Amino acid sequence: MSVMAEYMMRTPLSEDDVRKLNIGDIVYITGIVVTMRDTGHKRAVELLSRGEKLPVDLKDLVLYHAGPIVRKVNDKWEVVVIGPTTSTRMEVYEPEVIEKTGVRMIIGKGGMGPKTAEACRRYGTVYTVYPGGAAALQASQVKRVIDVYWLDLGVPDAMWILEVENLGPLTVVIDSKGRNLYDKIYEEARKRIDYEIYPKLGIK
Amino acid sequence: MSEVLEGRLLESVVRLIEIAATDLPSDVEDALVRAFSVEDNPSAKSFLKAMIDNVGIARSKRLPICQDTGIVMFYVTVGDKFPYTSLLPSILSRAVVEATRRVPLRPNTIDVFSGRNPGDNTGRYMPWVEWEFVEGLDTADVTVLLKGGGSEIIGRAKTLIPAEGIKGVIKYVIEAVYDAGPQPCPPIIVSVGIGPTVSIAMKLASKGLLRPIGIRHSNPDVAKLEEMLLEAINSIGFGVHGMGGKVTALDVHVDYAARHPASLSVAVVINCWAARRASMRIYPDGRVEYITHPKYNMG
Repeated sequence: MSVMAEYMMRTPLSEDDVRKLNIGDIVYITGIVVTMRDTGHKRAVELLSRGEKLPVDLKDLVLYHAGPIVRKVNDKWEVVVIGPTTSTRMEVYEPEVIEKTGVRMIIGKGGMGPKTAEACRRYGTVYTVYPGGAAALQASQVKRVIDVYWLDLGVPDAMWILEVENLGPLTVVIDSKGRNLYDKIYEEARKRIDYEIYPKLGIK
Repeated sequence: MSEVLEGRLLESVVRLIEIAATDLPSDVEDALVRAFSVEDNPSAKSFLKAMIDNVGIARSKRLPICQDTGIVMFYVTVGDKFPYTSLLPSILSRAVVEATRRVPLRPNTIDVFSGRNPGDNTGRYMPWVEWEFVEGLDTADVTVLLKGGGSEIIGRAKTLIPAEGIKGVIKYVIEAVYDAGPQPCPPIIVSVGIGPTVSIAMKLASKGLLRPIGIRHSNPDVAKLEEMLLEAINSIGFGVHGMGGKVTALDVHVDYAARHPASLSVAVVINCWAARRASMRIYPDGRVEYITHPKYNMG
């Protein structure tokens, strides 16, 4: 892995800037972030495959796998806490979302698969992870709720349009050069288990 | 029992849930701080810092530590002289509804067949309550555990043949942690149950999550196994959220029941780093004491 770098980035993100990122780099985002979970992705893919538009144009923006706790104060939505959900559930939808929207960055946790990595390489997108469970910290990085769509899917699954400031630390896990940090981590873990840990414990 | 007393007990259980959701137990926080001091992988370190900062913000602003406030599980130990046992089931259930509104908790219970979410964290067998009865006491201890969804993805159990022995158990646990990878929000707490049936092993594994970090099993052989597993898991190198590094697990807890001649069952339950639990003791006069979080006790 190359030497880790730290970046402060602002939306809209340019393809050139995103293609500079390497796995292991740390990023903080300021600007607009849009949330979608499984059911949101399902609906997005249905709309896109019919040639329809999403409520918000995701081009050069950031898509976030998150289900916040929100409340309404004086008729205005407020994020109580927010954090990433496990991204592997979105793997079936993500390549199409990347291809058809031009979204530049995805935030989640737990990692994504080879199809998403291929879409990231082809269209110039990165997948990053935010430390799961750090939801109160992250709420302090959300400035306001700009809008919300698809509330019929339920509050956690709705599409929340958020203005964020220095959202992070985000680690680049899939870059746009076809590399996946977690593939390397798994590969190294397997070697350690088979060639170091098991022999030491006398396990075959 | 007077309605006043019942109302007060209800309030104290709502408080217990709020404490669990917003104030990480000190043993878990201390373990995160220790992990930060030994870790030298820069990404893992920056994530640990975010997690420790988050714990402080959640506590001071009384916000949930994680947006997934989990499934609400109660473990209740009741003395046979405790006067309000029959009221507890209803109080626990109503407290979950109240806490969902007030903390707030995320509404997480979905009916398996209708798909309906009642919005208040109740449902069939929800909240989950496990009872234990003890002789000679006039108190009841109530522990609440908020079990997040991500770390449940990889809970598992299997019956090994006895010839596989403890080595078979070790291998099963390490493979479970390997398959889990970064999904359960490491650094994780791994709890292992061993026994004659998968259901007994799983029950012991689940209950092991209540044991504070750093406390070893009273049987020295089991304590040694816990240390060995902890060292092995931390040699895997997943690190905090899969960033790589020295700390993949904060602790490993093992408990066991005597086995059957034909079976050696093993169960693995994993908790995310945000191990949210809180305990209180209810006295016969209705007074309560927060055991895991004594600073919330009045006067």
